[in-house]
Amino acid sequence: MKEPLVSVQNLSRTFDVSKPWLNRLLSAEGRRTLTAVDGVDFNIERGTTYALVGESGSGKSTIAKMLVGLLKPSSGIVHIDGVDLVTASADKIAATRKRIQMIFQDPYASLNPRWRVRDIVAEPIVAFKNVSAKEQHYQVDELLEKVGMSSKDADKFPHEFSGGQRQRIGIARALAAEPEFIVCDEPTSALDVSVQAQVLNLMRDLQRDLGLTYLFITHDLAVVRYMADHVGVLYLGRLIESAPRAELFQNPAHPYTQMLIDAAPRVDGFGRNHEPSDGEIPDPISPPSGCHFHPRCKQRSDQCDHQVPEVIHFGTRTVSCLLHGNK
Amino acid sequence: MSENNLLDVKDLVVEIPTRRGLLQPVNGVSFSIAAGEIVGVVGESGAGKSITGAALIGLLDKPARIGSGTVHLNGKLISSLSEAQLRTVRGRQIGTVFQDPLTSLDPLMSVGNQLAETAMAHLEISRSDARKKALQALIDVGIPAAKTRLDAYPHEFSGGMRQRVVIALALIGEPDLIIADEPTTALDVSVQAQVLMLLKRLCRERNTGVMLITHDMGVIAETTDRVVVLYAGRVAEIGNTKEVITASNHPYTKGLVGATPNPSNTDDENVRLNQIPGSMPGLLSLPTGCPFNPRCNEVMEVCKTTLPVLTPYKQSTIACHLASHHASHLPSEKTS
Repeated sequence: MKEPLVSVQNLSRTFDVSKPWLNRLLSAEGRRTLTAVDGVDFNIERGTTYALVGESGSGKSTIAKMLVGLLKPSSGIVHIDGVDLVTASADKIAATRKRIQMIFQDPYASLNPRWRVRDIVAEPIVAFKNVSAKEQHYQVDELLEKVGMSSKDADKFPHEFSGGQRQRIGIARALAAEPEFIVCDEPTSALDVSVQAQVLNLMRDLQRDLGLTYLFITHDLAVVRYMADHVGVLYLGRLIESAPRAELFQNPAHPYTQMLIDAAPRVDGFGRNHEPSDGEIPDPISPPSGCHFHPRCKQRSDQCDHQVPEVIHFGTRTVSCLLHGNK
Repeated sequence: MSENNLLDVKDLVVEIPTRRGLLQPVNGVSFSIAAGEIVGVVGESGAGKSITGAALIGLLDKPARIGSGTVHLNGKLISSLSEAQLRTVRGRQIGTVFQDPLTSLDPLMSVGNQLAETAMAHLEISRSDARKKALQALIDVGIPAAKTRLDAYPHEFSGGMRQRVVIALALIGEPDLIIADEPTTALDVSVQAQVLMLLKRLCRERNTGVMLITHDMGVIAETTDRVVVLYAGRVAEIGNTKEVITASNHPYTKGLVGATPNPSNTDDENVRLNQIPGSMPGLLSLPTGCPFNPRCNEVMEVCKTTLPVLTPYKQSTIACHLASHHASHLPSEKTS
């Protein structure tokens, strides 16, 4: 079997959200920690798209930051092409990080407003490659054309472009480093639907042409259905289900996945009257005991409120739910 | 103008005078809402959906103003009322729900007091009755342990619960119409489903009309009876939701529906999303003729010169030259 490009094992990250020590002293409180990511495992095969889906507070952006090295994991391992991003030598980590790029959610905040598009797109080329100014100029023009813009746009400033075009500039910048792995953190959630379609189609074309591997982070199941090869569903920092796309949508194993699929609005769901599940995502500082989802689950049993479900593997899928553990 | 319509908007034009010329973010929009009907207003950023909603209740920010056109509520003209007269309309006859629940609520006032104050302002009732009504309103929108939550402040509620409080606040004056401007855009998908179902149920029970402004075609399909598709300040298509979405007679509607990924789609292997090229034009650089013509894949010569008017076509009404084109050149199409 081929070695996966990205391998994440038992990844966890906690944040200290304690009050200042004087307040703690006065009110006799201890430290408080927030577990944003809790023992997550997944692999991403080369040339495929792995989508992480979850609602707010599920830890999806924290995982993205750990995969590109912007945050250190509290525990667990991130291997990119066999290189451990925490323990490997500094040279090796630097060499590996060149091969990872990120596309951000907000195309307004992620481009420097005082830089021309040419300088924005050229920055990874300047940082990573030793090329002449002429060659650099040529590469930027080529990149802009690759993402469906014109080389004339290179001398403009970001404010002269619409949201969708800015996102294209962000993609061109990511491609400038010639990465193998791109982490996309909600790349289209700030865009209108017609522009979202343009950007998603572009990302798929680029993947096919350049053999890119994507980690695609989103809250929108409809986008997942269109983009992903394999899907992981997060709830309060735990990966509760992971499955190939078609299987996940046809036969969701976890009640939360089922709930998410039911709740997503459908263009053909005329006058659909469904019974949405109760409750909201609980406070991650004091999550429910046992299975985090049990207070909202329609299929819970007595065990669920004290027993943390183990990860059960069957074939290419995993699920963490006691419904399946008992079989 | 039909007598039994709750809301009648006729040729509404909103103008913003600027140094670079007069902008018209809403340009001749007409639609109506019947009592108890949920009408969706859909379009992308810059289509003029929110500004239409704000114009109806006189909440346009200066220097924007209603340039021409009329708004009738229950047969009464409300588009030319003074600020003082409008105050008796807002809250009492038209309730509003905005996108961000935290900014719609007063952070320094308990939700019970906000509800009771609103009730006392609009319905001539005593403080104790208003408080009872506030409690009932919280129960109706499904706030758990409503009695103890009456004295809680907005920050003590979660996002979804806050939006429920805003809906309670909109409904407490017993309005005939609710204007909901992207009420679920800031919420998670599972909470969005709860809030939309709640809004739908309460308005059906009370026979309240709803103008639901959203950019999400899925929300439109599941929630509304009729839909108005706006593009660059004009109505592109208007009709029954199901017909508009399934038949999509206007190329823009067709593009919007095709561009929306559908989570219940089953044959999704390697389908490409339909993409509309380009993006919505700025108000200062509107193309001549049909505003959609530079992005349209069925563009004809006439589209570049003449503005199309709303014409009944198949099961809906579209502002597109295709309607008259088909009628005059392809008579066999009429029956299809």
